[in-house]
Amino acid sequence: MNKIIAAALAATLATGTAQAAKDTLSLGMVLEPPMLDPTGGAAAATREVVYQNVFEGLTRIDQNGQVVPALAKSWTISGDGLVYIFALHTEAKFHDGAAFDCSVVKFTYERAVAPDSTNAQKGLFEAIAKTECPDPATAVVTLKRPTARFLFNIGFSDTVMIGPASAAGNKTNPVGTGPYLFKRWVKGDRVELARNEAYWGAKPAIASVTFRFVADPSAAAAAMLAGDIDAFPLFPAPETLDQFRADKRFTVNIGTTAGKTILALNNARKPFDDVRVRRALAYAIDRKALVDALGNYGTPIGSHYVPGDVGYVDLTGAYPYDPAKAKALLAEAGIKPGFTMTLRLPPPPYARRGGEVIAAMLEQVGIVAKQEPIEWAQWLDQVFKPQTDYDATIIAHVEPGDLDVYARDFYYYNYKSDEYRATFKQYVETVDPAKQVTLLGDLQRILSRDEPNVYLYALAKVSVWKAGLRGMWPNQPVPANPIAGISWAE
Amino acid sequence: MLAASLVVFLVLSVLPGDPAQLILGTNARPDTLAAIRAQLGLDRPAWLRYLSWMGALAVGDLGTSYTYSVPVAELVAARAAVSLPLALMAVTISISVAIPVGVIAASRRGRGTDVALMGAAQFGVSLPNFWLGLLLILLFAVTLGWLPASGFAGWDAGWLLALRSLLLPAVALGLPQAAILARVTRSSVLETLGEDFVRTARAKGLTRRAALWRHAVPNAMIPVITIIGLQFSFLLAGTVIIENVFTLPGLGRLMFQSIAQRDLIVVQDLVVLLAGSVILVNFAVDLVYGLIDPRLSRR
Repeated sequence: MNKIIAAALAATLATGTAQAAKDTLSLGMVLEPPMLDPTGGAAAATREVVYQNVFEGLTRIDQNGQVVPALAKSWTISGDGLVYIFALHTEAKFHDGAAFDCSVVKFTYERAVAPDSTNAQKGLFEAIAKTECPDPATAVVTLKRPTARFLFNIGFSDTVMIGPASAAGNKTNPVGTGPYLFKRWVKGDRVELARNEAYWGAKPAIASVTFRFVADPSAAAAAMLAGDIDAFPLFPAPETLDQFRADKRFTVNIGTTAGKTILALNNARKPFDDVRVRRALAYAIDRKALVDALGNYGTPIGSHYVPGDVGYVDLTGAYPYDPAKAKALLAEAGIKPGFTMTLRLPPPPYARRGGEVIAAMLEQVGIVAKQEPIEWAQWLDQVFKPQTDYDATIIAHVEPGDLDVYARDFYYYNYKSDEYRATFKQYVETVDPAKQVTLLGDLQRILSRDEPNVYLYALAKVSVWKAGLRGMWPNQPVPANPIAGISWAE
Repeated sequence: MLAASLVVFLVLSVLPGDPAQLILGTNARPDTLAAIRAQLGLDRPAWLRYLSWMGALAVGDLGTSYTYSVPVAELVAARAAVSLPLALMAVTISISVAIPVGVIAASRRGRGTDVALMGAAQFGVSLPNFWLGLLLILLFAVTLGWLPASGFAGWDAGWLLALRSLLLPAVALGLPQAAILARVTRSSVLETLGEDFVRTARAKGLTRRAALWRHAVPNAMIPVITIIGLQFSFLLAGTVIIENVFTLPGLGRLMFQSIAQRDLIVVQDLVVLLAGSVILVNFAVDLVYGLIDPRLSRR
């Protein structure tokens, strides 16, 4: 008798679980985050795990790259663009029970600019003059000067709210206000998050999520095929996509990212200080053929800006593929056929394999491009640091909307243009959105005209996920994998 | 080990690359870089860093990882919990396949069985282990769905689950090793079969089989044990490719990542620890020599 009851019970339990929609998710990533505090390092992998899941800022960036409210319900901006008044969601709580109010905002912003701060994007906070708390539910942030992207900047992963009591432990035990709380980290393999049942906002559908780290492209494809992983937002094996497309169990999506792949040139080194040479290189590269050869679904770009960015202007027609014109420009600049330059190539395939393709294209116009593979650490140390020991390098800049790098006193391209700097200053300090868009167009046109680097293509976001999974971000405007919007179809 | 520590420290200090810049990326400000260098103790002169590292090491403190911000001891222990069982499983597979194969091939020298077994061993020696790994994944994980394709659930998820995730990589590592070991076993057994004492044993009236297993095989084991010791040392940290194919968080990948990330303290500690473990394995092999050949321990 007991046996029968047990069997019946087991049967009910079994059908019970079969009927309920799946509420777990395992997500594949290529790189493991070195640590889980987005305010203490630059690793994109950290953001892709914790941003908008564990940690939230006053604003957040949505899947279209737009600024939307997060811990700030709403805000008002003074007419001169200097004072921002935020109304806060004080019902929000940190995962350790600590309260969220204006004192947390003040603590977060002051900690980021402190002398011992290790915030990789300290520059984002630089414009803040002071943060004041007239009452716990209101934060008043005063800027030193108007800052065009301020609301975007404070929605970025490096400007999320940090609890004063939990700040020190966030690297290994992140504590935020977000819809998911940190459960455990098996180093080298996975990070597990669980739904925060006390979350202040809407309750997410997924109850527990596992981020799995799979570095090898064929292992990533095998893990998807075997069903170990439900979704791979940045899938590393584009050559296997046809297999996934043909398989009804999977959805393949090609989206966009903010990653600008460029052939960066050392503008301080001869002959790249000559705009004719830089333009010749731009004419010599067939962007469409490059993307096809790499099979990475990139979109050609004409300046340091990608389609989808606010105020994007299509300048891809400025330097169409034209080897004859490239040769003529090189001859005009006094470059003889057989001129040798070095391409220093960091490890990602877009650089190493891209380097091979570009070297072959440059050969067509009489340039010998020697390929020199280097480690990422060497790239940072030798190309990026002030000695800028390089002719040219291939690199993807993934920071969204980073037109500011061309206006800096020093950046490794060694591009110096007073016109660009003046226009950029004007853009940053403009309050009127329509005027901002006009100036953004001007900045892109100056870059296209001067062509300090050869702009190649925007990196694509190639994703594979199980059919039936809803709410995955199709595009990647900022590094993030927000789980709250994801669910399984019934 | 002291020599190893000095060599690795010197090599790492001339290697280009700045750990602080690697942590903070391309948007870091100079003052932020300086803050993190001070936090990691990288603002001190090299000789002071070496001395403080050695001083801490002497009292068993391995320091704190630059990238992970956790004690290196914790990091290494977690990785060794994967690498050590994996190496043991691979060596067990290697031994249990290689010794029977080697002995049988030797006893059937020149006949069909020998030719077939040694042909298979030749095939195994030339088989790249990562390729074998991919084939195993395709067969057992993707097609049959019996075992996970990759990853390691951790020992706290249950030992059965953990062993399941180590089984395919252990086979991928163990079989090519077995092929090498089988060839060594065969030639060593053949050599002893020609010795006088085996002929004496046969003359005493022992059967061929008894003479083989009781007299020839034990005497042929010295070179076999040496190879097993070498294979085990290799398997502890030389398995980075297999670890990548199966996404296992082992010591090999830790070493590889630490070098790429310029997590210098982890690289230094690992080199010293691995040098130590090779010494330990060699010592264990010497002990085993003594067990199987009493003449060696009496000396």
